[in-house]
Amino acid sequence: MNDLTGITIAEARDKLASGTVSSRELTEAHVAAVGAARPLNAFITETPDQALAMADASDARRAKGDVGAMDGIPIAIKDLYCTEGVLTTAGSAILGNFVPPYESTVTANLWKAGAVMLGKTSMDEFAMGSSNMFSFKGPVASPWRRAGDKRDLVPGGSSGGSAATVAARAALGATGTDTGGSIRQPASFTGIVGMKPTYGRCSRWGIIAFASSLDQAGPLVRSVRDAAIMLGAMAGHDPKDSTSVDIPVPDYEAVLGGGVKGLRVGIPAEYRIDGMPGEIELLWDQGIAWMKDQGAEIVDISLPHTKYALPAYYIVAPAEASSNLARYDGMRYGLRVDASDLDDMYERTRAEGFGAEVQRRVLIGTYVLSAGYYDAYYIKAQKVRTLIAGDFKSAFEGIDVVLTPTAPSDAFAVGDKADDPIAMYLNDVFTVPASLAGLPAISVPAGLSADGLPLGLHLIGKPFDEATVLRAAAALEDTAGFSALPQGVV
Amino acid sequence: MSIDKATVAKIARLARIHVPEENQEALAGELSNILGWVEQLAEVNTDDVAPMTSVVEVDLPRREDAVTDGDCQDKVLANAPSRDGGFFVVPRVIE
Repeated sequence: MNDLTGITIAEARDKLASGTVSSRELTEAHVAAVGAARPLNAFITETPDQALAMADASDARRAKGDVGAMDGIPIAIKDLYCTEGVLTTAGSAILGNFVPPYESTVTANLWKAGAVMLGKTSMDEFAMGSSNMFSFKGPVASPWRRAGDKRDLVPGGSSGGSAATVAARAALGATGTDTGGSIRQPASFTGIVGMKPTYGRCSRWGIIAFASSLDQAGPLVRSVRDAAIMLGAMAGHDPKDSTSVDIPVPDYEAVLGGGVKGLRVGIPAEYRIDGMPGEIELLWDQGIAWMKDQGAEIVDISLPHTKYALPAYYIVAPAEASSNLARYDGMRYGLRVDASDLDDMYERTRAEGFGAEVQRRVLIGTYVLSAGYYDAYYIKAQKVRTLIAGDFKSAFEGIDVVLTPTAPSDAFAVGDKADDPIAMYLNDVFTVPASLAGLPAISVPAGLSADGLPLGLHLIGKPFDEATVLRAAAALEDTAGFSALPQGVV
Repeated sequence: MSIDKATVAKIARLARIHVPEENQEALAGELSNILGWVEQLAEVNTDDVAPMTSVVEVDLPRREDAVTDGDCQDKVLANAPSRDGGFFVVPRVIE
């Protein structure tokens, strides 16, 4: 880490604006940091030449006085976003050679704002996972280590490569996607800020689909202000995504200093789950006290169907995945395995191209959508989803944000929980309800576990009220004063 | 709901994923565990509850029924595993 890689996007923007540093210098420092962070295995593709060319173009724009909101800022892109002419794999062998001839809307927005691409980050295959152990390029390691323990820890997932990169100070920010917690849980595990906006705030066009009614793009960054800057650059209406909402994107940065005086913060009783580690409960209580000290009104609320969010999610998400992933058939793009006839070719291509967890979820999804089970599983889960969204809607009549822990534990070691799908799914117990309800939510680093690992607090807001979520998060960030650095930063 | 080996073979066929016979038993156990766990949803009373169809309260937009893209055969075929003269090449389906 040096004085160019250890800063925030906002600080880099100031240095670029004042001419203290050029985008070329900033980008060279980060290209070097990406190289130094290679032992983490966080990137699937590095694009140093493209990064330097984009940096030079940014410096040329700046010389003419024509700069965007993220001009000259080097960032990393999750390998789920299609990038024109740059390998895009979704962490899967089935797309191991896929080079998109088009650019996703969100990355196009970022380039339009002037951002610089360092490369494509690893992820759990097709965004299915909470550990980044399930990438076809092998596990990603977190730059953090448990005190007195040399084992590699997971960065969380599925946006684990992005989170590890930002935590290791190898990029000023990175894109992630969040279907059930895939931005927020890795942010919590790696001590950074991760935000999932409201469903519909960012275009999904050109982002490889996992579960279309849940997938949302968002930023992984090192401050709440950076989340405001980067989300502002990513968001916006896109006619190419019919679920993208046509409402103006506010100036998120403008609201940050507003404080939480008078803000009504809901504390859901049902999130005090059985077996929650004491240190998670303590951190949550600490967060409640911090909000109260700053003048927020703490309101006890009930979200009665919380317990059913995870099982509902593990019907809805695999069902949508089984449908979305039907396109990988070896005919038009991606892997093709030779076989005796067409059906055999489909079956062998998909058996070889998909990893174990993806196969498991496609099979579950196929089962719950199949004749005779559709009503009992899929329709039932969608009804429960209506009830979960209704819980939030009722609660939000009396509050402005909900405060909970982000994840039920700190990071675990690479290899742990790999053989127990349900134990792995439980990582998302606090993040999935907001996903099912389509609500904006953020994870802010708030403390360290007994083993010296980061723990995040989680704020959930009303639909399209990212501004209030960010304002509350900024207050939480100020009070928490989280400044710990991972041991693996070079 | 417990899934047996024959059911695994059936859904693997529906999903067009080749699952070798020696793996079917283990997979049946894993899938049964997951389905057993999601079955707690049966406890929830969902009488008179409508299934969710859209998570945000907006009307689906309409657009003009017009061609807005095209003339990019090279791009469409760029990632094809096999192509010939502007076509995707696929195995023979009709004898």
